[in-house]
Amino acid sequence: MNEIRHKVELSAHVSDEVRKTTCYMCACRCGVNVHIRQGEDGTPRIRYIEGNRDHPINKGVLCAKGSAGIMQHYSPARLMKPLLRTGERGSGEFKEIEWDEALTVAADWLADIRHRDPRKLAFFTGRDQSQSLTGWWAQQFGTPNFAAHGGFCSVNMAAGGIYTFGGAFWEFGSPDWEKTEYFMIFGVAEDHDSNPIKMGLGKLKARGVKIVGVNPVRTGYNAIADEWVGVTPGTDGLFILSLIHELLRLGKVDLDYLLRYTNAPWLVIDDEGAADHGLFARDENGDPLVFDRESASVVSCKNGAPLKAALKGAVTLPDGRSARPVFELLARKYLDARYAPSAVESETGVSAAQIRRIAAEIAEAAFEREVVVEQPWTDMKGERHERMIGRPVSFHAMRGISAHSNGFQTCRALHLLQILIGSIDSPGGFRFKPPYPRPVAAQPKPHGGCKPDEPLPGPHLGFLRGPEDLLLEADGTTPQRIDKAFSWDAPMSSHGLMHMVISNAHAGDPYPVDVLFMYMANMAWNSSMNSSGVMDMLTDKDENGDYRIPKIIYSDAYDSEMVAYADLVLPDTTYLERHDCISLLDRPISEPDALADAIRWPVVEPQTQAEGRDVRGFQSVLLDLGARLKLPGMIDGNGEPLYADYADYMVNHQRKPGVGPLAGWRGEDGSEAGRGAPNPDQLKRYIDNGGFFEKHVPEEARYFKHANRAWSDWAIAMGLQDVAVDNVFQLYLEPLRKFQLAAEGHGERQPPDTHRKRIRETFDPLPLWYPPFEGAGVDVSDYPYHAITQRPAAMYHSWGSQNAWLRQIHGANVLYVPGPVCDAAGLRDGDWAWVISHHSRIKVPVRRMEAVNGKTLWTWNAIGKRSGAWTLDDNAPEARQGFLLNHLIHELLPQAADGYRWSNSDPITGQAAWFDLRIRIEKAEAGDNPVTLPQFPPQKDPLPEPPTVVAYGKEWGEGE
Amino acid sequence: MTSLPTSTERSLGLVIDLDTCVGCHACVVNCKEWNTGGYGAPLADLDPYGDEPVGSWLNRIHTFEVTPEDAPASIVHFPKSCLHCSDAPCVTVCPTGASYKRSEDGIVLVDESMCIGCGLCAWACPYGAREMDPVENVMKKCTLCVDRIYNDNLPEEDRTPACVRTCPAGARHFGDFSDPESNVSKLVADRGGFDLMPEMGTAPVNKYLPPRPKTATEGCGASAATQDETANATGFLGWLDRALERLG
Repeated sequence: MNEIRHKVELSAHVSDEVRKTTCYMCACRCGVNVHIRQGEDGTPRIRYIEGNRDHPINKGVLCAKGSAGIMQHYSPARLMKPLLRTGERGSGEFKEIEWDEALTVAADWLADIRHRDPRKLAFFTGRDQSQSLTGWWAQQFGTPNFAAHGGFCSVNMAAGGIYTFGGAFWEFGSPDWEKTEYFMIFGVAEDHDSNPIKMGLGKLKARGVKIVGVNPVRTGYNAIADEWVGVTPGTDGLFILSLIHELLRLGKVDLDYLLRYTNAPWLVIDDEGAADHGLFARDENGDPLVFDRESASVVSCKNGAPLKAALKGAVTLPDGRSARPVFELLARKYLDARYAPSAVESETGVSAAQIRRIAAEIAEAAFEREVVVEQPWTDMKGERHERMIGRPVSFHAMRGISAHSNGFQTCRALHLLQILIGSIDSPGGFRFKPPYPRPVAAQPKPHGGCKPDEPLPGPHLGFLRGPEDLLLEADGTTPQRIDKAFSWDAPMSSHGLMHMVISNAHAGDPYPVDVLFMYMANMAWNSSMNSSGVMDMLTDKDENGDYRIPKIIYSDAYDSEMVAYADLVLPDTTYLERHDCISLLDRPISEPDALADAIRWPVVEPQTQAEGRDVRGFQSVLLDLGARLKLPGMIDGNGEPLYADYADYMVNHQRKPGVGPLAGWRGEDGSEAGRGAPNPDQLKRYIDNGGFFEKHVPEEARYFKHANRAWSDWAIAMGLQDVAVDNVFQLYLEPLRKFQLAAEGHGERQPPDTHRKRIRETFDPLPLWYPPFEGAGVDVSDYPYHAITQRPAAMYHSWGSQNAWLRQIHGANVLYVPGPVCDAAGLRDGDWAWVISHHSRIKVPVRRMEAVNGKTLWTWNAIGKRSGAWTLDDNAPEARQGFLLNHLIHELLPQAADGYRWSNSDPITGQAAWFDLRIRIEKAEAGDNPVTLPQFPPQKDPLPEPPTVVAYGKEWGEGE
Repeated sequence: MTSLPTSTERSLGLVIDLDTCVGCHACVVNCKEWNTGGYGAPLADLDPYGDEPVGSWLNRIHTFEVTPEDAPASIVHFPKSCLHCSDAPCVTVCPTGASYKRSEDGIVLVDESMCIGCGLCAWACPYGAREMDPVENVMKKCTLCVDRIYNDNLPEEDRTPACVRTCPAGARHFGDFSDPESNVSKLVADRGGFDLMPEMGTAPVNKYLPPRPKTATEGCGASAATQDETANATGFLGWLDRALERLG
């Protein structure tokens, strides 16, 4: 039968046009080539989405989520028109309305608040990447109540890094994949910076570089790690401090680096009981003092510490008091036997031998395999260096170590480790991505204050320097903000506390709000702790029968769980139908060697993509609302809208003269980068260039950016900063000590007595480890295990569940239980179990697993769905077999001895501590057709029935 | 009932590196995305938003837990698609001639115009690499992106299977195994590439690279670097003095 001639079209037509934009299937923001092909009915359809080879982030590759973009774009859960609630909140009963009515309703609600009391608007956005716009809008409105979801996500990492060295991981910096000789990755990291990390791991594998995975669960990246450290959740900080103990014990720290770039030699006042005990000794200009061994005198380090500065020894200050260098305090602290490997092994679940060996391997890689780049450079003091010498050990971490109540100090500990071995922005170590480094000195303070009909005096979020910057009412204790950010509860909460907004608004603590306005934040489901409780709060009514949270406006592109709880729904576009800017003013996509930003643009128009579809990009809607409210900066002199839409804003808005949302092709002729007048052709230039702009960092500025003159000059020229910024790495963090002093009774601003002990104990200016609060607040014999989630690489939060392809990969989840725990509880694969926390219980299917920390149970994040949400069938596996751990996690800690219930958050930053969860497990009766519990009444929606078959692309097949 | 070519001019296939694959499913979904609009379109999905969604895929990842006695348990991600066997039982079993192996490059394809959906080939394949489309009722399988690798409408650098082009970790490689100097032949030689289930006698073209040995978790012997440089009478602070002197 071989004579049969099979016809194969080897050069089939692929697409009519390729349009290049930015992916939005997760927060990674890769460049994508969208192949457009005419469908049978003549409308443009998406034929294929692939990675853009030229793009700085993904260089051509694309993950599972990005590759499933077609199904997201054509999801039947897409909202079609603005919606006004007709049924009870939570039911999902709405009527469709026109945009003009929707905007009129919203503007009426908001105008009244702005005139009366702007605080009564709480505006919080979720995973959007337009905080530079949304924050500015909220500032112009005048409410102090704005933040995005960083407080729920990873503020400990961001704030810990900015306070310590002016950077962090992901958007702030990355491992030097090309040169590193040893790489450690901590905790959940699969869904942020997802493609660059996978690409980086591939590079390390190709070079045979050792990868160490530190994670209670050996999935994902940990599966291919050369070594796995199955650490017990919440003890990463102790593990890291033990590594530091070992490195100090071995003398494996980079003293030259510490003297040049850190506050290691700065003198700390030793005057027990004084109001400045533990602060830096400073001269009359406020510059820190060090002891110069050469001149044997105390000198100011206005222009940097002398290289002969003392790192140990008591020094007598000019005022006669005593002081000691930071480094001595640090060395004494971590050389203490409590951090010895043998002392931490039972707490961390990591053997002393493994800790010792990893420390030795770090030391060996850093100091025996130093990397030299033959590139002369000049430091900020004017000293010329002939070459760049690197310590090729690098790290990555995100929420795994962040989402604990000890997360800030743990993140600080990891950064301390990097600094002690001299690897921050040295070849082979961690590398800053422009616009970083940006230390606290170059960051705004948080702004509060709130007056009717007036903008806020500055941006909401920032980095306070001490108690004087807290946002409190005149009584010195009542928070100004609804989420209690920048209050004694969470002083250094640089990203706000989104997870407390609904709870506080419901309780009217510190005050009730009138309108809750949210964007892309699935607070009624997986983006809250205590999801069931939040659903109750959103529907709870007062004695008059009115909702306790009176009005809720919500914008989303899809019929998420949160949509059902809104009174007014503003339907957003899909990511292929919208304008966006991935801006240097916001959360940039730069790589270490290049400043970069990017746009999204409508590669297809929404109205062509479904019958009756009438949706608008949220950012354009926000500008429209702003103009209706006559917000400053959004109207012209005649009171007319200043911007036609978001695209217009992206091009023409200037945050300061010459600096706008996009850095590329500025100036009237497009010849300028970074700074320059608005260019009317700017978006066309971006589109012509594949949707992004990239400007390479000069060779001399590629490393040591924190101290590199060439970098500083270039950053100023590019508009990344206006002046040179002092960036001395803060091993010892003085703002923390200022809070301790307040808690000890010093200073005008005093914390409530309830808070003193906690602040004294946790605000240590040198990183420390303390047990996570939830475990400390319950009887651990009742709740002996930890329960955490991991992020599936093929699913981003809840967005993926509506996706016909991705839900075939992750349509339901099980609870993975360590073998010995199964044996103790009498559990076998396929059994059902109750998982019980101090707050609640859930019923789930279980599966045995061995490649996991013996005290840790885990599942995939955000697979479980409310029945009926996302237009899935009421009996979809996501709803009946899927589940969330969120129901087990309360936003408040168990009641303390004094009756107080603290927020379940980091005491310093307010980061939600959802990885602190403690549980026990008991076998449950499965019964017939078991379903996970809790279940909720199916959510209705006003959308057409989804199709029963998807045969996408059939129209383009051969012979069609 | 259908004959295989006695030899092929080239032997195109994949090398899949199990040491590097993180199981992210990028290859799985990008394959589906390309092929649902390409050769053999569509790869359909039945009940896509319902309680039992089922679709046809040409590539899937299986995840296994390995529990050796002398090392900690670990996870292996194992991507699996048609291996384009030299001695392909799915071809010889085909009653209509729809399944065939191309003599020019060794790619095994299904000519859907001849496929009666009997499913014999899927039974014959020891790897479970073929899937009956739940809507179209014809057999679907990896085409090695035959409509990409020779496609003049694509830039030359993109004439590679979608799964290879998209793999973020670089765990997938495409090439000609009949050429000992090709990238894939060299990888197999260097890294001990192996056949999947060689005992089945299918002579698969695709090869897998094994995971490299992992570091045992329990402590190894102390390396030279664990020598305690600071452990003498003066302790750490004494060491510090000497270390600072060495800095000059």
